[in-house]
Amino acid sequence: MTTTIIPPAPAPLSAERKSREARRRFTGSSITTLTWLLAFVFFAPVIWLVMTAFKPESAAASNPPVFFFVPTFEQFEAVLANGAGAYFLNSLIATGLSTVLVIVLAVPASYALSIRPVKKTSDVLFFFISTKMLPVVAVIMPIYVIAGQIKVLDNIGTLVVLYTAMNLPIAVWMMRSFFQEVPAEVLEAASMDGAGLIKTLRTILIPMVTPGLAATALICVIFAWNEFFFALNLTAANAATVPVFLVSQMTSEGLFLAKLSAASVLASLPVVIAGWVAQKQLVRGLSMGAVK
Amino acid sequence: MKFPPFSAAKAHRPRPGKKAAGWLALAAAATLALGGCAPAGAAQDTLVVAIVANPQMKDAISLQDDFKAKHPNVNVKFVTLPENEARAKITASVATGGGEFDVVMISNYETEMWAANGWIENLQPLADATDGYDTGDFIPTIKDALSYQGDMYSVPFYGESSFLVYREDLFKEAGITMPAHPTWDEIGAIARQLNNPEDDFAGICLRGLAGWGEVMAPLDTVINTYGGQWFDSDWNAKLDSPEVKAAVTDYVDLLHDAGQPGAATSGYGDCITRYSQGKAAMWYDATAMVSSIEDPASSLVAGKSQYAPAPVEKTESAGWLYSWSLAIPTTTKHKDAAWDFISWMTNKDYIKLVGNKIGWERVPPGSRQSTYEIPEYAAVAEAYAKPTLDAMYSAKQATSMVNPVPYPGLQFVAIPEFQDLGTRVSQQVSAAIAGQKSVDDALKQAQQYAEPVAKSYQEGGK
Repeated sequence: MTTTIIPPAPAPLSAERKSREARRRFTGSSITTLTWLLAFVFFAPVIWLVMTAFKPESAAASNPPVFFFVPTFEQFEAVLANGAGAYFLNSLIATGLSTVLVIVLAVPASYALSIRPVKKTSDVLFFFISTKMLPVVAVIMPIYVIAGQIKVLDNIGTLVVLYTAMNLPIAVWMMRSFFQEVPAEVLEAASMDGAGLIKTLRTILIPMVTPGLAATALICVIFAWNEFFFALNLTAANAATVPVFLVSQMTSEGLFLAKLSAASVLASLPVVIAGWVAQKQLVRGLSMGAVK
Repeated sequence: MKFPPFSAAKAHRPRPGKKAAGWLALAAAATLALGGCAPAGAAQDTLVVAIVANPQMKDAISLQDDFKAKHPNVNVKFVTLPENEARAKITASVATGGGEFDVVMISNYETEMWAANGWIENLQPLADATDGYDTGDFIPTIKDALSYQGDMYSVPFYGESSFLVYREDLFKEAGITMPAHPTWDEIGAIARQLNNPEDDFAGICLRGLAGWGEVMAPLDTVINTYGGQWFDSDWNAKLDSPEVKAAVTDYVDLLHDAGQPGAATSGYGDCITRYSQGKAAMWYDATAMVSSIEDPASSLVAGKSQYAPAPVEKTESAGWLYSWSLAIPTTTKHKDAAWDFISWMTNKDYIKLVGNKIGWERVPPGSRQSTYEIPEYAAVAEAYAKPTLDAMYSAKQATSMVNPVPYPGLQFVAIPEFQDLGTRVSQQVSAAIAGQKSVDDALKQAQQYAEPVAKSYQEGGK
């Protein structure tokens, strides 16, 4: 029995190659389209929020939604007239002080857990992160009652202490991973040159982990700035922060969407600006942690 | 990652020195002390007033200069939050003696329970001692609902009942006459006749959104007039009784046949928008709706509506009763100043102040009978003043329920457990409206929720 081997015709091969290329190009462009689509899906609510902030209330509530309208600043004026300043000041104090405290405490703690590991480092680290495992809602009543007993309800200091405690575990974990990136040889060399602990920290370690420090601080700022649950439950007239101000724009009777959107835009501005300023450091900081 | 130990290690190891501890203590003390110098005024009496962020309450904030002119020694700070947050926060504060607030806004749901618990001050002696503060002028049903053992423990800022609004122009066009005292059967027939889903036009708007203050409010009045109840006089749960089943079935069927689209997620706010945009022929809800639907700035149907009493089935009346009222927690250190503020915000002069400074359509309604005798208000509220007042006068258990019940309340059961129970039952009803389960299954589950609640309430009361 003989078999005839028919050689593959050259024409179909080139067609196949062409179709493969076309497919590749198609896949490439569909991935690009999908990426744009996803980016739009994620960004659309933000665009909508900003647009709504410039609408009059009746246009914000209209159904079907209005896309073309005469922009107005009246919602921003109304929000600012509602006494937004005091809330922003409280948020600035609570966020700024708690972030400084967190960094001041997290740097030595993470140093002791990475560069010079103390005994039972992993247990200590686990303890830190375990404090984040209990839902906040489960501890709000005891915290509220204790704060009431020691007369620190509606006190911005209470929020500073709580935000510090809330962010410290994350900061320690983050800073530890950044410190671990620092090559041992650098520290050894510094030590050989006679640099003490403070000098090593100040001139070697901190400059080397600045991007990480910036990333950690920014995350603490974001968490503290946006924190709502403690602020709602533990403050009243004196220490209320921006997120509490946001909900006070809502009402169960009457229209409020445009005013709420204007307040939200104002509330997000400081964090957006902080992120913008720290952008360069942040990208390096975040990728530094990620490649580990 | 581990580092090889090197000789200088010991010298580098930070010692837990006294200095560091000192700095930490200082930082903590400084942050705590900051609270004291946060934006706070230094008046002799600073009142902290917690109120619900509704338009009429915000009007009171904008008029506070009038109070300050009369009481220069009293500084007032407001905490305004939406209804749910305000209720949760005020309840937590008052129940645990947190003491952040000197004046709180509560409702007829809380007043009697909190008075019995000794959480709020008896306002009767203060009211009696205040010249010109006429408690006899309050609408009787509201006054009763805010009293405990004959004394008022909170005083009404505004009050509401429920009624049916309908588009008079469309009724005329279709040749339909609204009965003077409509029944749910009649309303059902009219709604089905006027319903036009092709034009996105609903025969009737009814709340379907889960929440004890959402779908349960109108539905409870339907259950009442059908002869149903949450609990009988011996505290047996009755949510699977034939009367409750008939009421819920008719409500759900009416929504399916002639209600607004997406009714299961539609609450008071959505119904306001729909009705005022001309997308519904009728709407059964709170009398407070008038401030939105009769306002030409936000409503396309202003001046086109008429009002009918809450539809009935077996009872004489069926409306609910609700009031936002002001109370003084017993933890306050400024009781007299707190009363000064409350009496300012709830007396006859305040009504006139709002009318003259902001507008007569913005006057808080449903608290004082004398409000309805003011000619300027009567002129503005011509279409709805009488229906509102009639609804409020008749909102009592005796005329709105068939069988006696062991609890106060028409659209709620005034026991502490109800907030949770009501919400869970409302989720079942909402699921039935969405078509995810049958009314029978929803009520079977609701009955299972209600049985242990009655038991625990009775045990707690013993």
